[in-house]
Amino acid sequence: MRLKGKGFPDQQRSVPFTFDGERMTGHAGDTLASALLGNGVRLVGRSFKYHRPRGVYGAGSEEPNALVTIGHGAAADPNVRATVQELYEGLEARSQNRWPSLKTDVMAVNDLLSPFLGAGFYYKTFMWPRSFWEKLYEPFIRRAAGLGALSGDHNEDRYERAFAFCDLLVIGAGPAGLMAALTAARAGVDVILADEDSRMGGRLLSETTEVDGKTGHLWADDVLAELRGMDNVRLMTRTTVFGAYDQGTFGALERVGHHKPRKGDELPRECFWRIVAQRSILCAGALERPIAFPNNDRPGIMSASAVRSFANRYGVVGAPEVAVFANNDDAHRTARDLIAAGVKVSALIDSRDDVEVKVDAPVFTGARVVQTSGRLGLEGLTVEQGGRRHGIKAGVLAMSGGWNPSVHLTCHMNGRPVWDAGIQSFVPRDGAIPGMTVAGAARGRFSTAACLADGAEQGAAAATALGRKNVISPDVPHAEGAAYRHQPLWAVEGRGRKWIDFQNDVHVKDIKLAAQENFRSVEHMKRYTTQGMATDQGKNSNVVALAVLADATGRGIPETGTTTFRPPYSPVAIAALGAGAQGKGFAPQRFTTSHAASIARGAPMIEAGLWYRPSYFPATGEKTWREACDREVQMVRSTVGVCDVSTLGKIDIQGPDAAAFLDFVYTNTMSTLKVGKVRYGLMLREDGYVLDDGTCSRLGEMHFVITTTTAAAALVMRHLDFVAQALRPDLDVQIVSVTEQWAQFGVVGAKSREVLNTILDKPIDDDSMPYMGCADVGVAGVSGRLFRISFSGEHAYEVAVPARFGDSLYRLLVANAEMFGGGPYGMEALNVLRIEKGFITHAEIHGRTTAFDIGMDRMISPKKDCIGKTLARRDGLVDEGREQLVGLKPAGAVKQLTAGAHLFDAGAVATRENDQGYVTSVCYSPTVESYLGLAFLKNGRARHGQTVRLVDHLRGIEALCIVCDPVFFDPEGGRLRG
Amino acid sequence: MRYNAWQIFKEAFTGQTGWKPVWRDPEPKKEYDIVLIGGGGHGLSTAYYLAKNHGLTNIAVLEKGYIGSGNIGRNTTIVRANYFLPGNSEFYSHSLKLWEGLESDLNYNVMHSQRGLINLFHSDGQRDAFVRRGNAMINQGDDAVLLDRDGVRQHLPYIDFDNVRFPVYGGLLHPRGGTARHDAVAWGYARGADQRGVDLIQNCEVTGIDISNGKVTGVQTSRGPIRAKKVAMVAAGRSGQVAAMAGMRLPIESHVLQAFVTEGLKPVIDHVVSFGMGHFYISQSDKGGLVFGGDLDFYSSYAQRGNLPMKEHVMEAAMTLMPMIGKAKVLRSWGGIMDMSPDGSPIIDRTHVDGLFVNCGWNYGGFKAVPASGWAYAHLIATGKPHDTAARYRLDRFTTGRGIMDEEGTGSQHNLH
Amino acid sequence: MRITCPHCGERDRREFTYQGASEIMARPDADAGVSAFADYLHLRDNPAGDTRDMWYHDPCGAWIVVDRNTVTHAVTGSTLAREGRT
Repeated sequence: MRLKGKGFPDQQRSVPFTFDGERMTGHAGDTLASALLGNGVRLVGRSFKYHRPRGVYGAGSEEPNALVTIGHGAAADPNVRATVQELYEGLEARSQNRWPSLKTDVMAVNDLLSPFLGAGFYYKTFMWPRSFWEKLYEPFIRRAAGLGALSGDHNEDRYERAFAFCDLLVIGAGPAGLMAALTAARAGVDVILADEDSRMGGRLLSETTEVDGKTGHLWADDVLAELRGMDNVRLMTRTTVFGAYDQGTFGALERVGHHKPRKGDELPRECFWRIVAQRSILCAGALERPIAFPNNDRPGIMSASAVRSFANRYGVVGAPEVAVFANNDDAHRTARDLIAAGVKVSALIDSRDDVEVKVDAPVFTGARVVQTSGRLGLEGLTVEQGGRRHGIKAGVLAMSGGWNPSVHLTCHMNGRPVWDAGIQSFVPRDGAIPGMTVAGAARGRFSTAACLADGAEQGAAAATALGRKNVISPDVPHAEGAAYRHQPLWAVEGRGRKWIDFQNDVHVKDIKLAAQENFRSVEHMKRYTTQGMATDQGKNSNVVALAVLADATGRGIPETGTTTFRPPYSPVAIAALGAGAQGKGFAPQRFTTSHAASIARGAPMIEAGLWYRPSYFPATGEKTWREACDREVQMVRSTVGVCDVSTLGKIDIQGPDAAAFLDFVYTNTMSTLKVGKVRYGLMLREDGYVLDDGTCSRLGEMHFVITTTTAAAALVMRHLDFVAQALRPDLDVQIVSVTEQWAQFGVVGAKSREVLNTILDKPIDDDSMPYMGCADVGVAGVSGRLFRISFSGEHAYEVAVPARFGDSLYRLLVANAEMFGGGPYGMEALNVLRIEKGFITHAEIHGRTTAFDIGMDRMISPKKDCIGKTLARRDGLVDEGREQLVGLKPAGAVKQLTAGAHLFDAGAVATRENDQGYVTSVCYSPTVESYLGLAFLKNGRARHGQTVRLVDHLRGIEALCIVCDPVFFDPEGGRLRG
Repeated sequence: MRYNAWQIFKEAFTGQTGWKPVWRDPEPKKEYDIVLIGGGGHGLSTAYYLAKNHGLTNIAVLEKGYIGSGNIGRNTTIVRANYFLPGNSEFYSHSLKLWEGLESDLNYNVMHSQRGLINLFHSDGQRDAFVRRGNAMINQGDDAVLLDRDGVRQHLPYIDFDNVRFPVYGGLLHPRGGTARHDAVAWGYARGADQRGVDLIQNCEVTGIDISNGKVTGVQTSRGPIRAKKVAMVAAGRSGQVAAMAGMRLPIESHVLQAFVTEGLKPVIDHVVSFGMGHFYISQSDKGGLVFGGDLDFYSSYAQRGNLPMKEHVMEAAMTLMPMIGKAKVLRSWGGIMDMSPDGSPIIDRTHVDGLFVNCGWNYGGFKAVPASGWAYAHLIATGKPHDTAARYRLDRFTTGRGIMDEEGTGSQHNLH
Repeated sequence: MRITCPHCGERDRREFTYQGASEIMARPDADAGVSAFADYLHLRDNPAGDTRDMWYHDPCGAWIVVDRNTVTHAVTGSTLAREGRT
């Protein structure tokens, strides 16, 4: 019902929207909740457990009842608080957790069965028969539970993330926050003022009280105008500071686009801000708490302050007749404001005996509401006063059990709030968040005057703490300063359920049952009853529940304790927190310089860590990757192939002690390496297991370049920096990663030298570039490097040029290779070539293998210390029974060998007890014309020639294999030197 | 009192007045045969199996806070037996079997839901590693199924298969994997132990361990000294502090692991799903909240809370893998303190002090281990000998190098497991 | 969380990689034996309170020793590992 001429919404401007398909009209400036109330809609949702009819309870983000789904299809946004959702043209809202309709919900049968469904009932039943849990009971429970539904479609909306920095973050723009921001800003402090509401002013927007002789919201507008004009102030509306983290970091969510119709080119829905502030002031205000009385949950029963907000700010009231029930003076204002707006107040019920009520309505003091009526909306209530009962007619009951400071953010770093007997609630603990102070109602200073003064004081203190000199406290404007008078009233005796947590359907008796069953710790009670675990995180209900528990256990409230509040303050969409990651945004994409050329040749690109590498290069007529792979292998083995190996880590190491440093990080000795030579190297972790392998090239007396595997490039770089800085600062050595600076290509095969000599400024031969040689070379006029190393067993080189020449060099090499009958090859062929030679990759050195396991323990030099040397000697790391690297060849015809299969003695049952090892790498070798496998086998080096049984349960493969040396091809290595 | 449908029926008509306390709140006695330090999941299950399997009931469980206040009440509730290294395989396999009989054993519904767990992989190399794991699971007698891309699509149609940074190659399905209601596990074991005569003593902090001539004699507590013939430490999250009272340094670093739950939603995720290219795992609770987590925050901490970078990383993984959950709203996030050991596997062993035992180092695996850990620890405490399923969880394995169980292959760096 | 790199100033935690307690800087002598190395690598004081640990500042490559509190997450100081503090 609209109150003519009241509130901010422009009553001349109609905004059409739908609720459950029904067309309705609100006004610009409405929330969905105010628009629904304006249309006389009180029933808005169903509760979680009993599916009880529920309506709008509050007017802010703490709303427990009025949760709806906005929009449809991929845009459908479930569990939106109608009290926060701003109305826009065409807004489409649907109620949740009901079937088939909001008015007729089949699941409401749960309410009738509620005597059977008390707190924790499910722990005591549904145990028999066992298989029924997954098949019957659980699916039923799951379907009944839950609130809204996800669409199931991929997100199509835009969300963003951003960082912001400031001297002072003021959280909340009510009277305290405005004064704090103003005071600090005038002192020159860089201020961010954030408020979750669509408009700043806090309670001043909802009250008729005056500040500085003007209506509160007009005063707020004046302050905001001044703030807006200052360069050192940022105002962030619709921005909820939801979490406090270490070193002054805050998480905040800005609702950017939710208040506008979708047109296809819209703003992001939300922006997630990481705000870093040197200091902060929490001015989050306070939240009104309910009173537990029988059937206090009917649609139309609302918080008294919310009723006032709807009347004063939005110009609506939920029904023509309103009753007020409270234990404090504050709620009397609701009655007065409504009467002033022309609404009939059918009763004001105050639980206190000796209280003066200045309200022109039937007043019941020392009275309680003991019953209510109205199935889908409140119709009336029963008031008990001095033993007599009175029936009262009302469609809205405004209730207030007093106020709780919004201490939530101060709990995010484990600060437990402190009980304040004066206000019968919790106030923040001092210093709970480093750099944060709390001002105004958030620390129990409830009058407008006190909030204004406290805000000014804290703002000035923050400015001083930030080093501003001569901070001037502005004159605190005049405002009402009445003391907060109330008398605790938590739960009213009487028949019927007295609800505390509206959404989760927890009532007084549930909490008493928890206490009766000895769930007396507040955490036990919470977890047993689900009290406070609904979407409002107990913002409305926790203090009442605690009081009821304290009463049930015969303890005081402070002794009973409190549960903590966890971030976020109000729920935050995963899409906002993870903005940018959807699709390819999850991790950086690294491209080699040959990427475009590979794609141009139709190579499928596969992920190799963050890199993309060509899988194979399909030729005309080839139908499968295997055909291409076999051809590429044969090409390399017969003529020449070109492969981009730039993804391998390249680390440049220089300095007088570079050689000594390398001796310390490699198991083998690098100091004896001659300039112009390359040596294979093995690195261990300090625990004695293999860290990585690669090559080490000596370009000068004090200059080395080492390579790492692609996977371990960053790890090895960090490791080397660690050793140099933390363990061996005595060594004069400089280390830098040059992986991205150099493009490097393998030119592999018998014709490799011929191909290279087409592009090298000075041709090479065996003397100038012997096996395991390296040198600076000129490559088509560019300074480059040449290494004669091989990962294929072929006569091969790797040639490196500055990355900017990579693309042209690659194209040139491939073109010239083709002249010799060669061409490019991809990762699949690379893998076959290395398996044929028994070369290892991270499939073998997977972090659990030792030098002993891979047959390289003799590479640990006895003449010097190195990282990992001592612990590699541990008994368990050199035990003969360890799984050792072997080769596998099929014994007879097999379908295939598979990596990940386990090995057993022929004839043994495939069980863990009989497990002899596992296969790490397999391929079909066109060279050997057989499947080949690399495997780790217990005591494997002593078992060459034996037959083992390969079992891959998952793929349904079994095969007998002959154990052999892992080098399948050219074991003498003649081709390398040829 | 036994729980069953009839009892619920009866209480419905008698105003729920007949329900009895689930456990007593006894005053601590002067002396016990066995004192367990820590009333979390592992301490409670140990007490339960000491009583049930070994007939030992003169036992106190000392808990500094409330029963179940540690990681048993702040995890992502996943129950699985998909380890692949000897030592872990048999232990977690045993645990899963105990889970499967837990409800009838405890007469308490812990809502163990074997909804199936799917580990996704995103490269050939990852697939081979998961195949090795899955085969090890089958060798152990557990279950595993290899899914190709289409197989994953059948189970998880909502995953983004097309526009994604790391495409899904397939998955390893562990049909018997699933979830359980974490608090209920603590309460069920507490109730079972209490019914058998174990004293559960809450708000009782151990401040010292009394040792005389190399033998343990009792503990000092905030509620006075308690003598004991045997003392068993089982205080994950505070293992180091407790062991220090006995002059021990442990191979443990404490780290914070965050977890998240969204607002309630209608059923949408029916499995436990784990993403292979970033630590991210998710399931949906029976109440409808999406329960998920990721990696450690990666710095040592006792704060039971985390910071934004890891939160964001977890959400990023969610968005790249299953962008349909973008509009689910995170309701609460919290942190548990993990005992991170050098190889990522736990320790259940004797100590250098006669009569003093240690159970720690559960890394990410503590919740699913609760039944088997209690079973094996009870066996060790009662008989002095390690149980077969936990024989490799030795404290000295880092010195001998024997039986190191590094499932992640990251080596002796505590935070990387 | 924010940490100060002695080279680069106060930076977001995202820029750093954590390694563990600074005890790791006190590597035993080469001939100290298996048990000394095993203790060095594995056993930790693991304090609930003030600690000192190793962080790598990825953008600049500096290893940093950070004074920190594991209960409050307060960061109270940082120096370069190269300066040799353990």
